[in-house]
Amino acid sequence: MKARLIIVVIVLALMMVVMLVPIPYLSKPRTHHITLDSQRYEYDPGRLEVHQGDTVIIDFTASDVVHGFYLEGYGIETRVEPGLTKRIEFVADKPGKFRFRCSVTCGSMHPFMIGELVVGPNTTLYRAAATMLIGIAGTLIYLWSFKGEQHE
Amino acid sequence: MTKIDLLTAAPWLKPILRSRLFQPVLMLATLAFFVMVILTGLFGTPAGNRNFGIVFVWIVWWALLMIIMVPFMGRIWCTMCPIPAPGEWLQRRGIVKRTSGKLSTLRWRFPKRFRNMWLQNIGFLGVAIFSAIILTHPDVTAFVLLGFILTGIVLSILYENRVFCRYVCPVGGFIGLYSMMAPLEVRVKDPSVCVTHTPKDCIIGNEQGYGCPWMLYPGGMQRNTYCGMCMECVKTCTQNNIVINVRSIGSDLTVAKERRLDEAYKAFIMLGCAILYSAVLLGPWGWMKDWASMESVANWLIYAAGFLFINLVVLPGAFALTTGLTRRLSKQTLSTRELFTHYAYVLVPLGLAAWIAFSFGFALVNGSYALVVLSDPFGFGWDLFGTRDTAWQPVGTTLIPFLQTGILTAGLLFAINTAYKIAAQYSQTHRQAFIATLPVTGFMTMVTFILLGLYLG
Repeated sequence: MKARLIIVVIVLALMMVVMLVPIPYLSKPRTHHITLDSQRYEYDPGRLEVHQGDTVIIDFTASDVVHGFYLEGYGIETRVEPGLTKRIEFVADKPGKFRFRCSVTCGSMHPFMIGELVVGPNTTLYRAAATMLIGIAGTLIYLWSFKGEQHE
Repeated sequence: MTKIDLLTAAPWLKPILRSRLFQPVLMLATLAFFVMVILTGLFGTPAGNRNFGIVFVWIVWWALLMIIMVPFMGRIWCTMCPIPAPGEWLQRRGIVKRTSGKLSTLRWRFPKRFRNMWLQNIGFLGVAIFSAIILTHPDVTAFVLLGFILTGIVLSILYENRVFCRYVCPVGGFIGLYSMMAPLEVRVKDPSVCVTHTPKDCIIGNEQGYGCPWMLYPGGMQRNTYCGMCMECVKTCTQNNIVINVRSIGSDLTVAKERRLDEAYKAFIMLGCAILYSAVLLGPWGWMKDWASMESVANWLIYAAGFLFINLVVLPGAFALTTGLTRRLSKQTLSTRELFTHYAYVLVPLGLAAWIAFSFGFALVNGSYALVVLSDPFGFGWDLFGTRDTAWQPVGTTLIPFLQTGILTAGLLFAINTAYKIAAQYSQTHRQAFIATLPVTGFMTMVTFILLGLYLG
């Protein structure tokens, strides 16, 4: 029983460490010029990939009706009318995947008009995957520890 | 974990549940909400995110159902669901009082071959392939709900009791499946009391209440799956033998004797739909949204065929290969089909976790629409509570990936533990059970990483 408790504590501690420990990232920042077009119900390109610390300059356009751009995690919001271009500029200082969404009601599927900005290295994903793998290994060790006990 | 009987721990609860007002009051409240959904669906703005029906059904109700009600209270929604209410009240010729005499129906016998979850599986898939349309078009949502209520009435006229809820309702099917995870159960205190008590008031009813509308015998109930928590048995039991227990989560999953293929398929369908919705609705692929929302019928047909193929063939097929491998490695004596059915229940915690993660992904982001439509339910420009002009404001967007990771991890680890418990029921040794757990663990890890990739990758 005591051994099992120790397994659980160690696994939980490891999961916490992997999820929270700061990972230094050193890379020479770049500037990305991106043209992002919007039309019902997608962005083109639908996925933007940059690196942490990079400057991102987006020329945002709309092809059909008025569309919006709300970037989760960064709180940036703007809108654009067809035929116009709106420039959005920011430094991608937070790693991970951030969805951008249309913030102007543009039709029936509007709430699902979504694009993705991936700021690499995507440590959130790697941490989540590592946490999960530690959890799986820990659970299997925990289950193996039932060896020798009366079997159901 | 020791079970705690709420009726003993909180004695004030019993008179409330024994009151004949208990369920009708809840149903009338949700029926008012339901009428509002139908009215705003039929006569309100077609813009879904500005329409009370869409926002309150597919964002507010759905989030409450999947994040709070089902995981913590099982089928509590079925206690208050308004859909079977008109049919049931017609059968009983009353709403609150226990009317004397038999139920008013044609007393047909529901076909035996449909007394399972297959109709619910088909119904859910039928709704699911149209879901991008249903959950964005208020009028379609209204017609679907009206269709449910009419089906409920027709079945109440033909058959006794809640045939619609038990065998047909597409929502009831998955609530039933996932209610096995809930830490709440309605059971009997001592089954031997039921065996010796021959009047069986819980089945036939008495002056205090009706016989179980869900056609169950509480004395033999071991799982939550088909108990609609209507509390009629609390009213009719003359032996004071009904309890409402707080218990450890997921304890129904290890009840071996009631596992069935129709329920197993429900688990696949629900998990498959969670993955597909996460890709179609929350992904960046516009073409998928176009196909799903029937921009062209030809593309929608391809989408629907793909959707059904993944749910009915790919996922169960991959799992069948996994259980085949389990059988080969662990040398368990059951057939692959039997193992397939038994091990499919490990997908219940994983599927529920996937749905909670998915629901967080859109409920927190779109929840602020609720304030707008509360003041202006039809989109006519009303401002009943002064919140009509509330700006769309996503909530907790930086927190959502961590919530999703935590929930998926918890679901996966619980599922692995469940896999071992199921394996142990069909193994001679610990080693055999442990080996049998490994292929299923591999399958679930793969599925979880697909979800993780969709949410975070």
